[in-house]
Amino acid sequence: MTGLRPDRPPGAVMAAALLGLALFAAPLVGLLARTPWSRIGSVLTGPVATDALRISLLTSLAAAAVATALGIPLAWVLARWEFPGRSLVRGLVLLPMVLPPVVGGAALLYAFGRRGLIGEPVYDATGLLLPFSGWGVVVANAFVATPFLVVTVEAALRNLDPRFEAAGSVLGGGRWRVFRRITLPMIGPSVGAGVLLAWARALGEFGATVTFAGNLQGRTQTMPLAVFVALEQDRDTAIALSLVLVAVSLAVLVVLRDRWWRSW
Amino acid sequence: MTPAPLLRFLVCTALLLPGCAAGGTAGEHVLVFAAASLTDAFADLAEAFEAADPGIEVTVSTGASSALREQILEGAPADVYASANEANMRLIVEAGEAAAAPVVFARNDLVIAVPAGNPAGVTGLGDFARAELLIGLCAAQVPCGDFGRQVLAAAGIVPEPDTDEPNVRALLTKIEDGELDAGLVYRTDVAASRRVEGIEIPNRFNVEASYPIVVLAGSARPEAAGAFVAFVRSENGRAILEARGFTVP
Repeated sequence: MTGLRPDRPPGAVMAAALLGLALFAAPLVGLLARTPWSRIGSVLTGPVATDALRISLLTSLAAAAVATALGIPLAWVLARWEFPGRSLVRGLVLLPMVLPPVVGGAALLYAFGRRGLIGEPVYDATGLLLPFSGWGVVVANAFVATPFLVVTVEAALRNLDPRFEAAGSVLGGGRWRVFRRITLPMIGPSVGAGVLLAWARALGEFGATVTFAGNLQGRTQTMPLAVFVALEQDRDTAIALSLVLVAVSLAVLVVLRDRWWRSW
Repeated sequence: MTPAPLLRFLVCTALLLPGCAAGGTAGEHVLVFAAASLTDAFADLAEAFEAADPGIEVTVSTGASSALREQILEGAPADVYASANEANMRLIVEAGEAAAAPVVFARNDLVIAVPAGNPAGVTGLGDFARAELLIGLCAAQVPCGDFGRQVLAAAGIVPEPDTDEPNVRALLTKIEDGELDAGLVYRTDVAASRRVEGIEIPNRFNVEASYPIVVLAGSARPEAAGAFVAFVRSENGRAILEARGFTVP
């Protein structure tokens, strides 16, 4: 790289880029300016905050696990198997990325609610109910988070040189064995990135959660829900929890800095 | 509202262009922030007002009174605020955001809402303590949640809620869909829905909700805003509110 310094973009581009940066930085600065720094410790150890932190941590980790267990097979099928309607299936899987989460939550209710298509027979037979429970939060979180893992892993599988896997097959590995021994290690970093991304998305989930799982402190109230409800009365708690969310999300994205666009 | 003014309104709101809403050929544009429980009544009121006074357009934005209050305190360009309780209005007045003294224009009280057919066989407030039922309240931070807790406390009942919904419409929807067995909502919400039934709460436990309305100090068009508030309190306005189940003072 001696002497081959890339050119600085033209002034107009720099100006627009700065404006864009301000759009993202200004709200963060606003949040920091409102933060009750002297009270943040006591606020974050209060009952609402500790319940929300615990529930968010448990449900987002569970959702990331569900996303991994279902997302990798989905990515595998989408990347490697040509079948009619594959684009449609991919669209269906990625839909939660663009769907308003509230709509997703309502749709989940119509499927898995007590009067839902699947929820009703299950409830009648077993008495089990997803809405208004921690598992409901996990399902809502997994619904919105899994697509992030699927796109990341599918892109990695497509970018993989097929000769490695071919060589593995020639050497006598079955499909399952080749996937585990050759493919998975090679796309490992992308899987890691996808899991992190899915986890971060689950951690920030609001609309689908409140619509499908409701909002009850100590049972279903995650950090974003606590922020939303507290914003109107207990602003210190709302801002302190928001800061935790911002810090965690920012950390995840910084860790992913290269992985995110390289794998695309 | 026709699409063009709506588009103009959205663009104006999105860009926060000064004087944008007041310009144009369609006359003045009043933005009303109204409590979620006023959704249907204020849609009717806005329509009737626009028909009676074609020079002024009214857009109603509804949400939890507390959420709207926060938006106003953060500088939302609203002209009129109608709250579902006096506590939120008091904060608006104390912040110097009210252009005049608020007036109570409607009253409401709570009923127990159950899905049509009352599948869980709910009979009264006592059922709110039954853990095996799916019970919903509004969050304590919004007026219907505050009132609901007052009613239950007055009746000496410690509720076992399964969810604290962020506003009364969200709670009503979950009862309508049969996802909840019962919840405490406004009388007017039950009147507005064909898919829920109301169970009366004894008067000695019930709470009366007063709805105050005010023109906001930050309004760029206080006369048009005042005209809408006057309409809400007029004979026509009162009839519309009564048709939606409110009592009017």
